[in-house]
Amino acid sequence: MASKNMMNEQMHEQMVELSNIRKSFGKLEVVKGIDLNIAKGEFFSLLGPSGCGKTTLLRMIAGLEVPDDGVVVINQQSMNGVDANKRPTNMVFQSYAIFPHLNVGENVAYGLIKQRLPKAELRERVDAMLKMVDLDGYYDRPSYALSGGQRQRVALARALILEPKVLLLDEPLSALDKKLREQMQDELRRIQRTLGITFILVTHDQEEALIMSDRIAVMFDGNIAQLGTPQEIYDKPVSRRVASFIGVMNFLEGKCISKNKTSIVVDVESLGQISFPRDIIPEDTSLDQLCVGFRPEMFTILYNKKDKAENEFSSIVKNVDYYGDMSYYTLSLPNSDKDIMVSMRNTSGRYVYDLGETIRVGWRSSSLLVLN
Amino acid sequence: MALRSSFGTKWKRSFAGWRLIGGPFLFGFLLLLAPLFLMIALSLWTQDYLDLDRTPTLNNYRDIFSHPVYVMLIKRSVSISLFVTMVTVLLAFPMAYYISFYGGKYKAIWLFLITIPFWTSYLLRIFLWKIILGYNGVVNSSLLSLNLIEEPLSFILYNANAVVIALAHAWAPFAILPIFVSLERIDRSMLEAAKDLGDSAIRSFFRVTLPLAMPGIISAALIVFIPTIGDYVTPKLVGGKDGLMIANMIQVQFSKANNAPLGAALAITSLMTVLLISLGFLFFNRRYLRKQTQ
Repeated sequence: MASKNMMNEQMHEQMVELSNIRKSFGKLEVVKGIDLNIAKGEFFSLLGPSGCGKTTLLRMIAGLEVPDDGVVVINQQSMNGVDANKRPTNMVFQSYAIFPHLNVGENVAYGLIKQRLPKAELRERVDAMLKMVDLDGYYDRPSYALSGGQRQRVALARALILEPKVLLLDEPLSALDKKLREQMQDELRRIQRTLGITFILVTHDQEEALIMSDRIAVMFDGNIAQLGTPQEIYDKPVSRRVASFIGVMNFLEGKCISKNKTSIVVDVESLGQISFPRDIIPEDTSLDQLCVGFRPEMFTILYNKKDKAENEFSSIVKNVDYYGDMSYYTLSLPNSDKDIMVSMRNTSGRYVYDLGETIRVGWRSSSLLVLN
Repeated sequence: MALRSSFGTKWKRSFAGWRLIGGPFLFGFLLLLAPLFLMIALSLWTQDYLDLDRTPTLNNYRDIFSHPVYVMLIKRSVSISLFVTMVTVLLAFPMAYYISFYGGKYKAIWLFLITIPFWTSYLLRIFLWKIILGYNGVVNSSLLSLNLIEEPLSFILYNANAVVIALAHAWAPFAILPIFVSLERIDRSMLEAAKDLGDSAIRSFFRVTLPLAMPGIISAALIVFIPTIGDYVTPKLVGGKDGLMIANMIQVQFSKANNAPLGAALAITSLMTVLLISLGFLFFNRRYLRKQTQ
């Protein structure tokens, strides 16, 4: 937490400023007037389902697409009319786009050639960059002989060697298997911290965005639905849509039955009347039709007989998803046929419940969220 | 027992393989290999008025290399068809490039349009070139009527230029197609990557597009070069005296000169020439091909 605050203090300077960016392809408007500032040295993610406009937005920052309207400012300079090859950005493509007719070293050196460095210096810089991405000694390898992870590293080295102000990553990890993806996530984060370069990552993988980013913009239908730190987005999603896109969320219907200046009382489906502080409810929420959400880990399974909770109910296990460290139980709420998902950490020695068993679930009203 | 049965299946499988390729193999043998061996044999024999002297000798080959006219014809054939190849590939590349990069949804229509010249027989198309390029032809009369020239141009028909023009036109589609295919295969994100890494459009063309299209260009060159070197009709009809090529001489040896063995030796010699030059093309292409095999 402390390190995050420190980082926030360094983030005064804006690196990328987007104002009112619009883009249509034919009749379809894919980016609908986005305003966004990304600070220097930030690891920023554009997160959203496919077709939400995140890749188009990234490509407009890179200069590979021209916005129909709006201004892209990078490092205090307007990029309008500046072509991709003149921008202080470099990109790691989803397909990696490794040149097949060049070997690893030639691929990494591709953008450097223009600088007409002495041969020895060029070689030295390429070797240093290969070392940084953990491809030491790969200079002469033909590029077709590389694995997916290695191609990814070459693409990264090729972009980073030009010392861009902003590195753009278009779903760089989506083609890798889970183990390699997790390893690359750590590595990207390490490289970003070492170099202090602004990274903008496009991803549809919410977990990846939560793990890697300083801030996330959740995008739907060409708009930013929510902008915030990973914790803000996970803990306080602004809408039902964001909440269901990030992690698992259970939703219940609710209705406001009374309110005063400091609190409101909501009648929540099968949980009964619950009082919430007034300010947790977004202002434009219609009070007749409220949506109440909670995450699987916010309800606790009362494992021991003597475990107590503020509220509790019993339910029969309808389904078990066993992940090793965690189990996710599908349960039904009392007096309702609605299913909810509750998780339990499988601390050593704990028993994993079977289908049909009855378990006690405890919850606190403060762990419920009220959403649009 | 197990060993025997596995041997049995192995044999059965290879028998099935032979049965499958048997027909085409026989076809290839009878129509390609056998005539080739016959030609080689013929080239080692001697014509003795109406009879064939079947004593093997290299005299025919000695004749070819001691008479300047044969060497000159082979050289001319090679240079004409190399020139045709160059012109065809240079003209075909921009067309293939346009169709691949700017064809959009009309790609199929463009490719279809390119085949239209084939709707007419090749012979007719050459006669049309005579009409277009002739002394009173389309080109000359239009240039005359525009007062751009004072008397008809004579260097465009009945010489090597006419052969080059006619052949380059006839073979263009065969060059466009392989180049088009190789351009289509280029992942467009490669070009975006080149741009993103600082290349202007021209630089990325020479650093990415051209090297990646090279296999297509080389095969286009081979497809044009190999048949044109032995072309017989075109030089005969529009080549005049100075545009004759080796195939015309081979034909003369087999017919009027009544020296089939010498004709065969000439055929084998030009075959070897084509082989050598094609190997050169392939060798040049190998590094590109090797790097692109993924």
